[in-house]
Amino acid sequence: MSPWLGLAGFGVVFFSAALMLGLSLLRRKKSPVFRDIPAFTRLRQAVELVVEDGSHLHVSLGRGALTTPQSASALAGLALLRQLANLASASDQPPIVTSGDATLAILSQDTLLAAAIISERATYDSTAGRLTGLTPFSYAAGAIPVIRDENVTANILMGNFGAEVALLNEAIERENAFVLAGSDNLTAQAVIYSSAQEPLIGEEIYAAGAYFESGPLHIASLTVQDILRWLIIMAILVGTLLTLAGGL
Amino acid sequence: MNRTGLLAKVITITSTAIAIASGVLVLAGYFFAQKADGQSSLLTDIHLTLLNWAIILAGFAIIIGILNLFQVHLKKIQNKQKGSAYSLLLIISLVFMFLFGLIRPSQMGVVFNTIQLPVEASLMALLAVTLTYASIRLLRHRLNLLSVIFLVTSLLMLLGTAPLPLLGDIPGISDWVRPFIAQVIAVAGARGILLGVALGTLTTGLRIIFGADHPYRGNK
Repeated sequence: MSPWLGLAGFGVVFFSAALMLGLSLLRRKKSPVFRDIPAFTRLRQAVELVVEDGSHLHVSLGRGALTTPQSASALAGLALLRQLANLASASDQPPIVTSGDATLAILSQDTLLAAAIISERATYDSTAGRLTGLTPFSYAAGAIPVIRDENVTANILMGNFGAEVALLNEAIERENAFVLAGSDNLTAQAVIYSSAQEPLIGEEIYAAGAYFESGPLHIASLTVQDILRWLIIMAILVGTLLTLAGGL
Repeated sequence: MNRTGLLAKVITITSTAIAIASGVLVLAGYFFAQKADGQSSLLTDIHLTLLNWAIILAGFAIIIGILNLFQVHLKKIQNKQKGSAYSLLLIISLVFMFLFGLIRPSQMGVVFNTIQLPVEASLMALLAVTLTYASIRLLRHRLNLLSVIFLVTSLLMLLGTAPLPLLGDIPGISDWVRPFIAQVIAVAGARGILLGVALGTLTTGLRIIFGADHPYRGNK
């Protein structure tokens, strides 16, 4: 990377970080206003139903290894898991978490342990956070029995998936269970749009944590995303206009 | 606060501080990789060292993950849960492959290519049927304009990509509609989505660096 490009990248990150901190300080006393994403409302209802009927909530974090850029979507999934595990802590049944990467499986166990400690539940089941396979299809093949056989009524698929997510959605559809699904992968997003009950498209998966835990930094991060998006749109438009003007 | 609570707090603060420091150092290593004279900077060395540590830890995590897989399926067999026969098969396969790897490490690729790959290829074939069925079901789930556009586009792409028997390529669709959708509309949409994903990744990373999200040692 050339030094100038590095400096530009640092500038973008520094600007975003400063904006996020500034906005979180300015707006910490204001009550947040979110854009309506119906999938999150229905997810909350589904979690409440899970607690009421004593069934399991299944969260699948995909196979984005922590040492790769694909881990961000899985980290967003983990942030949501943390909130959902707290919400579902009134239930006798802890959520079941499946993943296709060993580091994610360990982090999911830690998250479930934290929820068990916070809710002062006597038992913590280390098998609730599972590694189901290390290749895309073995991961899907390992997660399908969880959906089918373990009294699961609500599923959240959030992380890095490929086309194999269609197999998971098919199994969920057969069980007539709720599913909210999102991925950072374009192929998976197309598959999810066609096969999932509640699809999340684009950056919506990164907003999940903020919708369930509206801390000042979470809300500020959504605003920063919006500001940066508008800046990019303007840059593209100006660039197009300049190119047109140069061609005339 | 009792002793256990205090210890938990110390562990949480320490792990958060280590995570934040590592995140900042790795990030800085990306941006300031070279010194003015063109040589790699100290930050790059730290960045690479931290990444190497992460890769080593990820290797150990795989061992723990496989033990977890073993434990989950052993429990299923012990409790005689539904599908425990498959769990038994998985454990036998796991032990067999482990021993085989120790005795004949050079032949592992052959076993993988003759068993694992065909099974995954069959699942891939199944995926084609699953996706076709899901597309048909889409109109039942969400009967709206976007779903109709999605299905019509899929149909046009199929017609434009796979020539029909006897007719061959369909004029207009194969040479104009399909390239226009694939190279203009789809690329524009994909870039928009990818920009959104990149912004989401950036803010998620910053939230972790600031300690707002911490997927490690969660019991704050």
